[in-house]
Amino acid sequence: MTTATDVTTTYEAPPRTEVGVLGWLKHNLFGSWFDTILTFVSLGLLYVILVPSVRWAVTKANWRAITTNILILIHGPYPQTQDYRVFIAIGIIVAMGIASVFIYRGKSTRSRQVMTLIWAISPFFIWYLLAGFEGSTILPLVEYSKWGGLLLSFILAIFGILASFPIGVLLALGRQSNMPIIKWMSTLYIEVVRGVPFITVLFMAQVMLPLILPPDVRVAGMFRAMVATALFSAAYLAENVRGGLQAIPKGQYEAADALGLSTFQQMYFIVLPQALRTVIPPIVGQFIGLFKDTSLVAIVGLLDFLKVSQSILSQAGFLGAQKEVYLFAALVYFVFSFAMSSASIRLEKQLGVGQR
Amino acid sequence: MSEYIIECRGVKKWYGEFQALKGIDFAVKKGEVIVILGPSGSGKSTFIRTINRLEEHQAGDIFVNGVELNNDVRNIAEIRKEIGMVFQQFNLFPHLTVMDNITLAPIWVRKWDKPTAERKAMELLERVKIPEQAYKYPGQLSGGQQQRVAIARALAMEPEIMLFDEPTSALDPEMIKEVLDVMIDLAKTGMTIIAVTHEMGFAKTVADRIVFFDYGLIVEENTPDKFFTDPKHDRTKLFLSQILH
Repeated sequence: MTTATDVTTTYEAPPRTEVGVLGWLKHNLFGSWFDTILTFVSLGLLYVILVPSVRWAVTKANWRAITTNILILIHGPYPQTQDYRVFIAIGIIVAMGIASVFIYRGKSTRSRQVMTLIWAISPFFIWYLLAGFEGSTILPLVEYSKWGGLLLSFILAIFGILASFPIGVLLALGRQSNMPIIKWMSTLYIEVVRGVPFITVLFMAQVMLPLILPPDVRVAGMFRAMVATALFSAAYLAENVRGGLQAIPKGQYEAADALGLSTFQQMYFIVLPQALRTVIPPIVGQFIGLFKDTSLVAIVGLLDFLKVSQSILSQAGFLGAQKEVYLFAALVYFVFSFAMSSASIRLEKQLGVGQR
Repeated sequence: MSEYIIECRGVKKWYGEFQALKGIDFAVKKGEVIVILGPSGSGKSTFIRTINRLEEHQAGDIFVNGVELNNDVRNIAEIRKEIGMVFQQFNLFPHLTVMDNITLAPIWVRKWDKPTAERKAMELLERVKIPEQAYKYPGQLSGGQQQRVAIARALAMEPEIMLFDEPTSALDPEMIKEVLDVMIDLAKTGMTIIAVTHEMGFAKTVADRIVFFDYGLIVEENTPDKFFTDPKHDRTKLFLSQILH
């Protein structure tokens, strides 16, 4: 006989077909006859696509097109005698990344603050490492027109992201401001920029910037592209952030008002932290787009990663190597985009702790 | 300096064409507990929200602690420091812990240092009987607990006046008592309280005065005894017959 207490404290094991490998197969691949057909069709398609591709990649492909040009792919026409500076820069970033993993998970607030400070000053340090100084023998000047390849793509993307973020947030706040002039100007900016293709903005940065600046100031094409990228991305970011702002209930503003917080404190402590968290997915999506869009700067004569990859195709030994080169370029873009995407999911999970 | 901590004269408010407040004359002495009753849409919530400028009044005068409530942001800030408010929907900040919810304003508006603010917060959490929830997020608490945190958050600014805007209306029945108990304790400490509520028990036990609103006007004002046993106005009688079955 089982008594009531036994019933509440003992459990039967679930059927063997419901758990483990068998259970997984049943639930995911062979749940119904239709699922079973789909499973086999998918397997067939994978076979038809993957097998010849892998066979080509292993036996026929001429990967020397990539391996002999790897330095050019990484930094473009940056002088080979100086390119150790690029690798030191990469080394510093990787080292900071690894250190961060440990430090930000650790308990010490002090070392976290130090790490954040290091991150904040590192771009300037790396910039001077790469650019060098006029007349210096240890770090001679490397002209900006010589910066290219993945290095250039990264600089454009990182600057674009870092600079467009604050501008975008300010534009979003401006667009929902009570002050009409600020509201109209923000709206006008956002709508004009969003109504124009990125390539047009890039051309305008090449043509218009010299009109605004004094005539004796010559701005390198790379800087113009950086500014164009940031300003273009800011308009889209503003609209994403505005979506997040609209998701904040009125009660949050009222509670902050009733406590006597100033408008700035209300935004900084209450509204923006909540608004930005809800829009992490679209913002990261936009940053991934921005990273890939940096390939458009080739049109104004910059030698970004994709442009440099294409230049391999005109080398005597690799005239027919389109497949290898484009596949490799796609793979590189994918790896970094996927890394950004995974990082954003991790960030969402971290920030989501204890949420409603 | 007048004997009143809050003084309102001829306060009027419109939403577009609709007139929500039609000239409210109202004054509160320090330490008084006022309960505002009235059917929905009578303007009672709108009125208490004008006292701390969550709603702007368009005619009439409001003085709090002798400071006039007008478009001067310094006056508004001054007045808001002295008025705590508790909302129907709690309005806790979901991304901050209970502790951070409570200490945010004392640290940044009152400019207390963090340990002082946290000590005060723990004191208040003891008082509302949930010190063990200090480092949880609002989403992890029950409705009654959230509302008690909201009360602690308002009290942390050491206000002279507390406004309650239907504080128990969004709560499950079994949680109403825990919030009312806190409010009753608070009333007994001599805090000046204005509460919009349908809790007749609260009104009868601690209110010094009951103010009855209808159609944007104060229809009747009396002590709880006389208000419930001997209402003067027909609309008051009708309202009482509807709520006291």
